[in-house]
Amino acid sequence: MTKPRFLASIAAGLLIGGVVAAFAVVWRPAISAIEPPAPQSFGIALVKRGRDLAAIGNCNDCHTLRGGKAFAGGLPVPTPFGTIYSSNITPDPDTGIGRWSEAAFRRAMRSGIDRAGQHLYPTFPYDHFTNVTDEDDRALYAFLMTRPAVHAPARANELSFPLNQRFVVAGWKLLFLRRETYQPDSAQSAEWNRGAYLVEGLAHCGACHTPRNALGAERTSAPFSGGDVDNWHAYAINARSPSPLPWDTEALFSYLRQGWHPDHGVARGPMAEVVSNLSSVQASDVHAVAVYMTSVFGPPTQDRLRQARDLRMQIKSPQGRSPQTDPAGASIYAAACATCHDTDRPPPYGGVNLGLTTAISAPDPRNAANIVLSGIRPVEGERSPIMPGFASSMTDQQIAALLNYLRARFSNQPAWTDIEKAVQDARRTETVYLQTSPGPHNAPADPMQRDKP
Amino acid sequence: MMNLKVNGHDHQIDAEPDTPLLYVLREDLKLNAAKFGCGLGQCGSCTVIVDGKAVLSCVTPLLLLEGKQVTTLEGLGTISTPAPIQRAFMEEQAAQCGYCIAGMMMRAQALLQKNPKPTDAQIRAELEPHLCRCGTHMRILRAVHRAAHLMDTAELSPAIPGSAR
Repeated sequence: MTKPRFLASIAAGLLIGGVVAAFAVVWRPAISAIEPPAPQSFGIALVKRGRDLAAIGNCNDCHTLRGGKAFAGGLPVPTPFGTIYSSNITPDPDTGIGRWSEAAFRRAMRSGIDRAGQHLYPTFPYDHFTNVTDEDDRALYAFLMTRPAVHAPARANELSFPLNQRFVVAGWKLLFLRRETYQPDSAQSAEWNRGAYLVEGLAHCGACHTPRNALGAERTSAPFSGGDVDNWHAYAINARSPSPLPWDTEALFSYLRQGWHPDHGVARGPMAEVVSNLSSVQASDVHAVAVYMTSVFGPPTQDRLRQARDLRMQIKSPQGRSPQTDPAGASIYAAACATCHDTDRPPPYGGVNLGLTTAISAPDPRNAANIVLSGIRPVEGERSPIMPGFASSMTDQQIAALLNYLRARFSNQPAWTDIEKAVQDARRTETVYLQTSPGPHNAPADPMQRDKP
Repeated sequence: MMNLKVNGHDHQIDAEPDTPLLYVLREDLKLNAAKFGCGLGQCGSCTVIVDGKAVLSCVTPLLLLEGKQVTTLEGLGTISTPAPIQRAFMEEQAAQCGYCIAGMMMRAQALLQKNPKPTDAQIRAELEPHLCRCGTHMRILRAVHRAAHLMDTAELSPAIPGSAR
């Protein structure tokens, strides 16, 4: 054997080896299609458990188009890489998951592979669902397979090359998908462990509240440090929380359960749908989440406790702090905001004191701008907070003046920069949002009312 | 002193910049169609049109209205020559106590100006911020459809001061 031929065969060997390795990473077999199982084949208790788990997983939020049929997919999910449309997870045999076996469903949850063997984009948070137990996957499967089947073909994603090639996702998984499942911490209580299992797994809180890296994966070095979703900021929910008063277990529980808390304000934007779902599940599970999250927040520092005491004093007897800010902002506040936000009426009927609301102390003005523009719609048939939107009566400049004033008067944080741009962006995205969502969307809603006109 | 344009007329208003528009309309200009309901922007009875958009006048301070056109119900039509929206509400007998109706008409008018043929669902969604305690909702819905028809057939489209743009 001559030397060049020897080298050539090594090169060929490497090439073949590389192709085989790549194939092994990328290729996944299809799992055979099944005849759609009859709804009666699933036990009622199992379906009921699956219903609660689906609510904890907030599945309906992404998999339902505003005003569309439940779980039929089609919701555009904007990402930095393009728009991805959620899939139909009703048991429709042709366009949904009707022909998926439980094993195929579990594989999708665990490793982000669909029944046919295609890689799913990680907008579907399987990086959290690896933690879901077989038992819970079985209940979720039973719940979804007993929903009304909806014929709704998937919409094509809007991604550019090479991201529109699904094999690329296999590389992403090699880098970022941890395969291990949740391991209980025996040093902690059963309730803490239950909360950790839900938060890190099905509830996928980190999907919004943890910042993402350039490739769209959660930064494991900064868990719960705050992230972005749909032009809202998902606040840091760890020691870096911008909340003026520190959270405790009971406040978290009550907020997650009813959608607002007198010390913190109202869940809005994408979080409104989350609390709407949590209002319908077992209180013990929501409490477990609150217990675990309390430990993620960590005990407040002495400094923080002192600031909280000062803030409560300040609210009880305002010292007439008059900051050097835009007088226009002050006038707008007096006429448009103070009648609700500066009274003794507690939420939900009175507005929360703006010194307590996280939006005004947040790192950027996005959430505050969103809420001033579109307000909070009341929830049909429930006691719930309400606020008119001011999109029609205020210009971007006037809203910027108002936000500037609120920041100076109601937080001890430095002034925001680029407020006007934030308001412009908020107006653009909220306009789109409002046009596509006929139902209540900014307040905790009874999920039973989701499909009403 | 501030200049406020209401129903096509200029008015010099002597009031603080944080005075709600509703107070100026009712107390200074004696235009009483817009009603004080809750004073919190939660019931809709104070609704007027500002530059073509429905606005809650009880939570709109005067300083936001610099250079803008305010239209109240009085600016749409009169008792002898009612505007299509007013005629439609009368013909459908949509008012019972009538307290909410001026606000309802103003928001419906703003809707019809940008969408001349709204569906039932669009009218319901648009009028959602308005409360009516008498319960004439179905008549109000019919009245808005009738107004759309009247405006469309243009049999009596009087010039609408302040909203022609």
